[in-house]
Amino acid sequence: MITQYIPVVLAFAFAAVVSGALIGLTAFLGRGRLGGTRTRDTYESGVPLLDGSRKRVSVRFFVVAMVFIVFDVEVAFLFPWAVSARGLLAEGNNAVLLDGLIFLVLLAIGYVYLWREGAFDWSRRRSES
Amino acid sequence: MWASAAVSAAKLVIVAVGLLTAVPVMVWVERRGAAFIQDRLGPNRVGPFGLLQPVIDAIKLVFKEDLTPANVNRGLYLLAPMVSFFVAMVTFIVIPFGAGKDITVFGVPLGGLSVAPDLGVGVLFLLAIGSLGVYGIVLAGWSSNNKYSLLGGLRSSAQLISYELPMALAVLGVLLSTGSLRLDDVVTRQAEHLWLNFIPQWNLIPQAIGFVVFVTAAFAETNRLPFDLAEAETELVAGYHLEYSSMKFAAFFMSEYINMTTASALIVTLFCGGWTFPGMQHFSGWWLLVASVGAFFVKLAFFLWLFVWVRWTLPRFRYDQLMRLGWKGLLPLATLNLVWVGVAMAMRWI
Repeated sequence: MITQYIPVVLAFAFAAVVSGALIGLTAFLGRGRLGGTRTRDTYESGVPLLDGSRKRVSVRFFVVAMVFIVFDVEVAFLFPWAVSARGLLAEGNNAVLLDGLIFLVLLAIGYVYLWREGAFDWSRRRSES
Repeated sequence: MWASAAVSAAKLVIVAVGLLTAVPVMVWVERRGAAFIQDRLGPNRVGPFGLLQPVIDAIKLVFKEDLTPANVNRGLYLLAPMVSFFVAMVTFIVIPFGAGKDITVFGVPLGGLSVAPDLGVGVLFLLAIGSLGVYGIVLAGWSSNNKYSLLGGLRSSAQLISYELPMALAVLGVLLSTGSLRLDDVVTRQAEHLWLNFIPQWNLIPQAIGFVVFVTAAFAETNRLPFDLAEAETELVAGYHLEYSSMKFAAFFMSEYINMTTASALIVTLFCGGWTFPGMQHFSGWWLLVASVGAFFVKLAFFLWLFVWVRWTLPRFRYDQLMRLGWKGLLPLATLNLVWVGVAMAMRWI
């Protein structure tokens, strides 16, 4: 069974070599021609840097990441169900569909809660609560 | 085992060369297509119809001064384009691009025309590795130490993870009707039932909602217009790859086009019957192989053109609109598609 991963290993090795070679090639062929004194400055539309670039970012990115983790894990749970459901349905075992629907209803409850909390509203809007 | 490894290596080289050739061709199609849509000529000086323009561009990028800005985190800055390119090169290996189950080459069974035909996790591998691409963008945005890059990287990562959910749910609908994770099974399953005895019953028709959701999510996942918020030129100059030049920039650029090819191939495989075509049962052996590869490429070319077509037709979304579409529009639709497929299968409709 492990032999099915031989192409994967080959592809990983190949892609690693090619991507390394790309960066190496340009480093080799384009070396040592650094021009003016400001060439290596950080770009900020041509004006001198006002302050540091690593600023605090909107908390909404964090909310999106958190919601994503929750939903993605639940989608991961659905994969084994989806793959095995076909065979069970073919046997006339329709209860497997009910299992999936119950899981989706639980997901939907969380989804509705998040919607009401405003987790999906990117533009700033005062919620009523 | 060594023989099968050699066959895999040969297929890998063919796929890699194909992907890397597709990039300049797609760049050319994109620029000429844009010119065609905007009623102008586009690049037409280098070679016949300007076909050698991408080659010239590549040579220019290779010989360009290798510039590393002073304030970047050097290690991560160099790692980011490599991660993007690595992910783009690896994901295609599970996609079957032709029929070849009963064909042997020098006594070694081909086992299906994809680099890793026996890989049991199939599409799961593609989703898992494909979503690693977000690391390339986040690392590039953060390590560049530039406000535009940081914003572009953040926006892009939030966009990618938001659209991954509807994408995975749309794939789930197909997996539900297939009962297997292997993409070869997905393709053969779509050719199992025929309409009028010669038209394969593609997933496109019974799962039209899933198809629309998947195509939309594919546009967002590849950072293409109308969802290219990561590099919205008018706001962020160039987004996450602002501080990159030479081949380091080209690595991002190429991975975008390779990702586009992979996404199109995935759309074709999951919803448009992959390499199957009407009248397939009259072919066998090498003829079937050649014809199926041809059918796959015709479909692939259509969806690649769709990417270009949409890019020069639709304006860019605003960021809150993008998030609203992903979370409030596509996610419920994809779930609806999953429920529909489940119910339809229980009722014996599909």
